Amino acid sequence: MKFLAARRRSPFVASALLIGALVVVGGGYAAVASVQPAEAAMAVGSETQVESGRQLYLEGCSSCHGLEAQGTQSGPTLIGVGAAAVNFQVGSGRMPLAAPGAQAPSKENVYSDEDIAAMAAYIASLAPGPAIPTAEQLDYADADVAYGGELFRINCAQCHQAAGQGGALTQGKYAPNLMQAEPIEIYEAMLTGPQNMPVFSDAQLPTKDKQAIIAYVRELQDSASPGGLTLGRFGPVTEGVFLATAIFAALIAAAVWIGIKSR
Amino acid sequence: MTTTSPVEKAGGATATYVDQRIGSNKFLSRNLGKVFPEHWSFMLGEIALYSFIVVLLTGVFLTLWFKPSMVEVIYDGSYVPLQGVKMSEAYASSLDISFDIRGGLLLRQMHHWSALIFIAAMAVHMFRVFFTGAFRKPREFNWIIGIVLTTLGLLAGFSGYSLPDDLLSGTGLQIARGIMQAAPIVGTWAAFLLFDGEFPGTEFISRLYGVHILLIPGIILALVTVHLMLVWTQKHTQFPGPGRTNDNVVGYPLLPIYMAKAGGFFFVVFGIIALVGGLVTVNPIWIFGPYTPDQVSAGSQPDWYIGFLDGALRVMPNIESVIFGWTISWNIMIPAMILPGILFTAAGLYPFIEAWVTGDKREHNLLDRPRNAPTRTAFGMMAIVFYALLWVGGANDIIAVAFDLSINSIIWFLRVALFVVPPIVFVVTRRTCLSLQRRDREKLLHGYESGRILRLPHGEFIEVHQPLSVKDMAVITSKTDHVALPAPEKADADGVRNKHYRWQMMRHRLSSFFYGQNIPQPSMAEIEAGQHHAAHDAELEAPLHDYEDADELRRAHGGVLHHPGMAETNTEQIEQDRSQH
Repeated sequence: MKFLAARRRSPFVASALLIGALVVVGGGYAAVASVQPAEAAMAVGSETQVESGRQLYLEGCSSCHGLEAQGTQSGPTLIGVGAAAVNFQVGSGRMPLAAPGAQAPSKENVYSDEDIAAMAAYIASLAPGPAIPTAEQLDYADADVAYGGELFRINCAQCHQAAGQGGALTQGKYAPNLMQAEPIEIYEAMLTGPQNMPVFSDAQLPTKDKQAIIAYVRELQDSASPGGLTLGRFGPVTEGVFLATAIFAALIAAAVWIGIKSR
Repeated sequence: MTTTSPVEKAGGATATYVDQRIGSNKFLSRNLGKVFPEHWSFMLGEIALYSFIVVLLTGVFLTLWFKPSMVEVIYDGSYVPLQGVKMSEAYASSLDISFDIRGGLLLRQMHHWSALIFIAAMAVHMFRVFFTGAFRKPREFNWIIGIVLTTLGLLAGFSGYSLPDDLLSGTGLQIARGIMQAAPIVGTWAAFLLFDGEFPGTEFISRLYGVHILLIPGIILALVTVHLMLVWTQKHTQFPGPGRTNDNVVGYPLLPIYMAKAGGFFFVVFGIIALVGGLVTVNPIWIFGPYTPDQVSAGSQPDWYIGFLDGALRVMPNIESVIFGWTISWNIMIPAMILPGILFTAAGLYPFIEAWVTGDKREHNLLDRPRNAPTRTAFGMMAIVFYALLWVGGANDIIAVAFDLSINSIIWFLRVALFVVPPIVFVVTRRTCLSLQRRDREKLLHGYESGRILRLPHGEFIEVHQPLSVKDMAVITSKTDHVALPAPEKADADGVRNKHYRWQMMRHRLSSFFYGQNIPQPSMAEIEAGQHHAAHDAELEAPLHDYEDADELRRAHGGVLHHPGMAETNTEQIEQDRSQH
C-alpha cells in the first residue's frame, strides 16, 4: 500500500484511473451488448425495446406521423400498420422520407437492424397489425413457379408489368421495378400494401400463394434470357429504339459502303 | 470463235436452247444492260424488299408449326414457368416454336425483326422519295402504290403481332376491337361479324391467320411486282450531277454491276437480320403469359409502327356525345380513325396536291435537292415531327418510369406540343433550306470559301475563294427557279366576270406560299464572272513576284491602298522594313 500511497498525488494518477475506468465500463458494455440482440430477438416487444423504439420514433418519424403515431396532415397514422410495415418502409430506406414527393423512393437505409426492430416493436405495441414474416413463411423452395406466374399476371402485372420491370401510375407515382426485390420485401409489400399498392391479406393470397409469387419473381430475376439480349424487357418500345438506332445504323452503313465502292 | 472458252460455249449453247423455246434472248439483251443510277439512298427500298423476302422465308417455316386454334390446352412443353398453365393452342404452339423446335426461336425472332425492319425501311424509303421529289410526274401512281404497301405492311405486322395469343397480343386485339366499335352505328356489328360474337371468342385467331399468311402477303407481293415494274419502265430517277439531265440515266448496267451489288446487299441485309434474330430478344411471349381478357400488363405497347395510333389514343381528351341514343366516342374515333385516315389520304394525294398548287406539269427524272423545295421539305419535316410526337405519346408510361416524370405531365405536354411544335419545325426547316440556297448562291457568285487567309503585301487580309469543282457546279446549278401561278383577273378585258375567281385566287395564294421567298439562281454570266473571280483569288496565293499581273490583282482586292514606292513582293517588304530600323 505504501507503493500506492506514495504515488497517489502523482500527475499521472487521474489519467490512469480514467483509462482504467473506461476499459472496465466499455469492456463491460461490449460484453453485455453482444449478448443483448439474442435476448431482444427472443423477447419481442420487451418494455425496454418498445421504449427505445419510441425514442427512435420520436426522433425520426413523429414530425410527420404525429407524437402518438396518430397521423398528421403530412403523414398517415401508423396505429395498426404492424411491424411488417415498419420493417418494409424503413428497411428499404423509403422511410424516413428524404423530401416530399409523389412517392417515397427506395434509398439507402440508415438504421441498424436493432433500431428497426425497436421501432417495429413500438408500432406493434400500439395496436395489432401484420407481423414481420418468419423464415418459414418466406421459404419458397417448394412453391409452384407456374402457379405463381398466373397469380403474378392476375394480381401484380397490371402495375409492375409482366416482366416485373415496374410501371407508371398517375401523377408521377409508380409501381417500382422488382428486379432487386428480396423475398421478405415482396412478402411484406403484399402483406401491408405500401404507398399506392393494395393490401393482399392472407384471406386474399394465403401464404402458399405469396410464396408462389415470390418464386415467380425470383424466376424473373434470375432466369437467363432464351432469346439473347433482353433490351430491358420493356416490350416493343425498347425494341423500336433498338431498331431505329442499332439496326438501321448497320443497314444504312452497309448501303453507303456498297454505294461508295464503285466510285 | 475458235478462242471461246468451254464455259462460254456451254453458256451460249444453253442460252440458244432456251431462246429457241421461249424467245428469251431478245428480252434479256434489252434488259440486262439496263442502266441504273448510283446512290446509297436508292438502296433503302432494297432493304424493304430484302427484309420482306426474309419475312416470307421465315414465315413459311413458322406456318409448319404454328396452330391457329383457340382450343384450350394445358401446356406441357419445356418452359418450366408455364408448365401446367391453361392456354390456347395458338399460344402453346408459339411456345413450342420458341422452346421445343430446333432453330424455332431464332426463326421466330428473325421473322419479327425482319417484319419491323420491312416497315421501317418502307418508311425511310418513303422519306427519300418525298424529300427528293421523286413522286412527281410521271411517278405519282408508284407513290400511291408505295403508300398502299406501307398501309398493308402495318396490317401485316399487326395481324402477326396478334396471332400468338399472348397477353400482349390479346391486349392489342382488344384495343383494335374497341376502335372498331367506335365507328358510329356499324361499329358494334362489324366487331361482332369479325370476331364471330363476343371478345375474344374462338374464331378470330384462325380468321386472322388466313389474312396474315395469305391475303396480305399475296397483295403485297403483287403490288411489289407492279412497283418494281414501274421503276423498270419509267427508269430510276437520279440526283443532279455532271452529265446528268432530265432525259438520260447515268449509272451502271444491271449486269454485272447491279446484279452483284444487289445480290451482295441482299446477303448483307439477311446477315444483319440473322445476327439480330440470334442475339437480341424480340417479343418474349413466354414472359407475357397466355391471354385472358381479365388481365393486362403495365407497359403494354404495340410494335413501333402502330405506336403513333396508340399515342394518339393516349393523348386524346375524353370526349363523348350521345346523339339520338347513339353514343359517339370522339375520344376513340378522332385519334384512331379520323387521324390515320387524314394522314394516309394526305400522304397518298400529296403528289397531286403539289402538282395542282404549283401548276407543274413537266416530267421530272432529275431529283430535287431538298433545300431547293423548301416548302415541301418543311411539310415533310412537320409531318415527321408530328408523327414522332405521337410516338412519344404511345411510349408515355415507359418514358414516365425511365425518366422519373409524371405521366399526366407528358400527356399535357403532348396535347400542346402536337399543335405548337410542328409549325415551329415548318418555319425552321424552311428558313434552313432558304439559308442553304443562299449559301449555294454565294458559292456560285464567289466560289467556295477555302478557309485559307491570305495577307497581301500592303497588309490587307483576304480569304481565298476557290472555283467550284465540276461536280459541285453541276449539282448547284441544277436548281431551277419556279414562278408562282399568276393572280387571276376579276374580269377579263371585255368585262366578263371570271366565274372561277375565288378558286383561282386560292390556288394563286397557295402557289405563292409554296414558291415564296425563293432565292433566285444567278444568271450564267454572273456565275461565270464569279467563278473567274474566285480563280483569281486562288492564284493570289502564289508568290507575288512570280506574278506578272500583280498590280491588276491588287487593284481588284482593295489595291487602292497601294501607292508608289510600296513593296511589290513579300521579300521586298521585309527588306524595306529592315532598312527603316
